[in-house]
Amino acid sequence: MEHAYDITLTVNGTTVSRRVPARLHLVDFLREDLELTGSHAGCEHGVCGACTVRVNGEIVRGCLMLAVQANGCRVDTIEGLSDSKELAGLQKAFHQKNALQCGFCTPGMLMAAQDLLLKGKKVSREEIRTHISGNYCRCTGYQAIVDAIEEVVNGKG
Amino acid sequence: MKAPAFAYVKPASLPEAFELLQHPNAKILAGGQSLIPSLNMRLSSPELLVDITGLPGLSEIKVLNGFVRIGTLVTHTRIEQSPEIKKHIPLLAQAVPHIAHAAIRNRGTIGGSLALADPAAEYPACAVALEAVFILKNKTTERRVKAEQFFKGLFETDLKPGEILTAAEFPVAGKSDRSVFLELTRRQGDYAIIGLAVHNSNFVYFGAGSMPVVAKNASSKKTLKEAKAALAKDLNPPADLYHSSATKLHLAGVLLERAWNMLTT
Repeated sequence: MEHAYDITLTVNGTTVSRRVPARLHLVDFLREDLELTGSHAGCEHGVCGACTVRVNGEIVRGCLMLAVQANGCRVDTIEGLSDSKELAGLQKAFHQKNALQCGFCTPGMLMAAQDLLLKGKKVSREEIRTHISGNYCRCTGYQAIVDAIEEVVNGKG
Repeated sequence: MKAPAFAYVKPASLPEAFELLQHPNAKILAGGQSLIPSLNMRLSSPELLVDITGLPGLSEIKVLNGFVRIGTLVTHTRIEQSPEIKKHIPLLAQAVPHIAHAAIRNRGTIGGSLALADPAAEYPACAVALEAVFILKNKTTERRVKAEQFFKGLFETDLKPGEILTAAEFPVAGKSDRSVFLELTRRQGDYAIIGLAVHNSNFVYFGAGSMPVVAKNASSKKTLKEAKAALAKDLNPPADLYHSSATKLHLAGVLLERAWNMLTT
């Protein structure tokens, strides 16, 4: 049976067509085929959240979706959201609050945080922690990340 | 790790899907939030993935006469956001936020969770507590199976080769019905250490055995003290990496007490 498939999708506003093996997951497709290395492949079983991208406007795990499943979808990555300045406020707050050290989790963390921001309501620190519970950070201890997200989501500072 | 090689087909109709499932080493792919990790870790190596997410008619939440039918492809996020489910199946609405994380709830489906039958998953216990009925279809027939009879053991269900779980039907909660959902985890969204889904007198534990466990002895008691004492007859939870069987049994008692107090006040 055929194991490679032609897909066409929109990535950060650009239409791309490629032939991909069925077993290739979305984040490897973005990183290896499109050289969009901002989304990180961490655990590859959905635990760490470093591969978080947006598909049709919803955040998903890039390692838990096959590239072939993204056929016909609109995919937005950290590169697209950064270039469009959608993340500018969060990026500034992360910088100012020292909310990253090694930076491996940061793209996924920003994607998850922006998802919360888009809900457009004030949130408690507890709700922020719940929303980023699927994103591991091994450097900061999360305190500074919650500080940064809280500042932007609740419009402080 | 990377998944082993497999073929992939996305059928556009149920008959086409049933035809593809005749393949001896085919697996159904829906949201993929459990299947793809198991492929990535090479715990599973199907030759063919049949992606059912393009099939029509399996993504609806329908309020019918006395029950709500939830199509197999309805995602956790849609259940979380559904006003019908909040109103008619409050137990399910309470359970959903405990399932993994937002990015996973956006893709994971109710049918996938029920058909996988992870013993620590939320939906199977809720379905047993609510006395839900599952609709299973194959090429030629359709049958209906009660949740309690559907779960057979560790990741084991009544699904036969070539069958697809197409929907689950949950009775609409009445005014006097009471539901409580409680779960203990180390981190929000993790698999349950132990959890409890209660609907009226049905007390169903998850993470407490190889499948949802109905605490029949405990729930038949008149007082909390008697019920807690009877729990040991209902449960013999397997230890996990961090919690002994005795710890889990103790925590089951803690949840029972919380649920009991919530139901009686």
